[in-house]
Amino acid sequence: MTQHIVVIGAGQAGLQAGETLRSEGFEGAITLFGNEPHGPYHRPPLSKAWLAGTVGSEQLAMRSAAVLERKKIVLKTDATVQSIDVDARSVVLHGGDRVEYSGLIIATGATPRTIACDSDARKHLCTLRSRDDASALRERLEQCRQLALPLVVVGGGFIGLEVAATARKLGVEVTVLEAAPRLLERALSPELSEWFANLHTGHGVRLVTGARIRQIAAVSHDAVELRLEDGRAFPAGTVLVGIGVVANTELAKNAGIHCDGGGIVVDDHCRTSAPRITAAGDCTSRRTDQGQFVRLESVQNAIEQGRAAACTLLGRSRPFTGTPWFWSEQYDKKLQIAGLRGASTASVVRGDSNGNGFSIFHFDDARLVSVDSINSPSEHLLARKLIESGRSPTLEQVADTSVDLASLLKAD
Amino acid sequence: MPTVTYIESTGETLTVQIPEDWNLMQGAVVNGIDGIVGECGGSCVCATCHCYVDAQRFGELPPPSADESELLSCVIAERKPNSRLACQIKATAGLDGMTITIPSVQGLR
Repeated sequence: MTQHIVVIGAGQAGLQAGETLRSEGFEGAITLFGNEPHGPYHRPPLSKAWLAGTVGSEQLAMRSAAVLERKKIVLKTDATVQSIDVDARSVVLHGGDRVEYSGLIIATGATPRTIACDSDARKHLCTLRSRDDASALRERLEQCRQLALPLVVVGGGFIGLEVAATARKLGVEVTVLEAAPRLLERALSPELSEWFANLHTGHGVRLVTGARIRQIAAVSHDAVELRLEDGRAFPAGTVLVGIGVVANTELAKNAGIHCDGGGIVVDDHCRTSAPRITAAGDCTSRRTDQGQFVRLESVQNAIEQGRAAACTLLGRSRPFTGTPWFWSEQYDKKLQIAGLRGASTASVVRGDSNGNGFSIFHFDDARLVSVDSINSPSEHLLARKLIESGRSPTLEQVADTSVDLASLLKAD
Repeated sequence: MPTVTYIESTGETLTVQIPEDWNLMQGAVVNGIDGIVGECGGSCVCATCHCYVDAQRFGELPPPSADESELLSCVIAERKPNSRLACQIKATAGLDGMTITIPSVQGLR
């Protein structure tokens, strides 16, 4: 059979996989199936610069059509893969066409969770993942501004808070309803959650934690009301639901590929349980050597796993084991996270948390596991290197800004 | 629309027109200059769009911000006096004819 590697998903991971196949010298056919009308595009600006109108739609595109053509990567948009036939080594498209593969990469991404409500109220609900989601949200924000109706964000996670910050910039009134006792509970330590709460309230966001939603009901043609279990009610011109995502695992599951830990199970090389099939990006759940599952939703993970998934199919080893990192931008603040905090036992602030730039170092006993940096890009990069090298500073060294932590990397 | 020439570390060159308001990282990745990664999409956080600007014309550009300078001090390829992050250079008419040389590696030292 001729060599043909099929990639399901034309997002960051899928594109990276396709391009890596070429740059590693694969000469067979490559087809990317994307189920959106658009080619690969940058998602991060959708909640920030694009939503605010400071970058144009053309700037979202990751590659021109000419580049994909030059690399002989065939992109099929609006193409939905309906099933994977592992035994026949083929995928079946919506409409029934069957496409054979010699290798398959699953990069199907994730779908935002939403809230159940009746159809009148549902019209006012939106989520943010795709370009089309973002276009709809942009229109609704404009409508909120014109009608002087608030945006209600359900979920104080990164997507919700980034949109809240952008909406404030656009002059829209914003209420954030978070079910947990604090913002960003899964991602950040309590002190930084509080710092972000102050950041948002300082920009005029109304913030409600411990908010359990009982009901969302349409109250007029243009507005809904969100009622909490405790009886409080909040009007909204539109509601952004940012309560996390569910990995798109159905295709894999239906093909008998092992899924667990909320995603398609892969190892460091992005191998799935099926032969000649790898998976990459938000749809995966990586099993660590300790048998735990790690699900990462990040650009870095999509890129690195995309590369690993491609190399594995070519019989080359390029495992992704690097330090995870993430970033978020809200107002004029840039948060960068290096490593995974997990159950850290101690945290030390470096720098002045009332000043412009500072970091919080998290330790598991004496081992540095994660660092959150606000407006300190070089400290973030240093943190990544420290975590990767396994050279932990002491808690005292971190607290003392006169200690040059970079010197630890040079020590024997 | 200024015309900019990218020179990859392999010696391959590509001359392209870049719309004003775009930055030179976007102009590179969208045209398939693989030596520029732009992992963060231009937020000035990842330092994977390191490039060397025409040495003679370096002074024509607005100087790098403090953030950019910090990141440049961490890049893996040699930092030269004309090192910049491509995502922080806006394509303006004044850039016309500029040559951008790409290092062989991107990432952290």
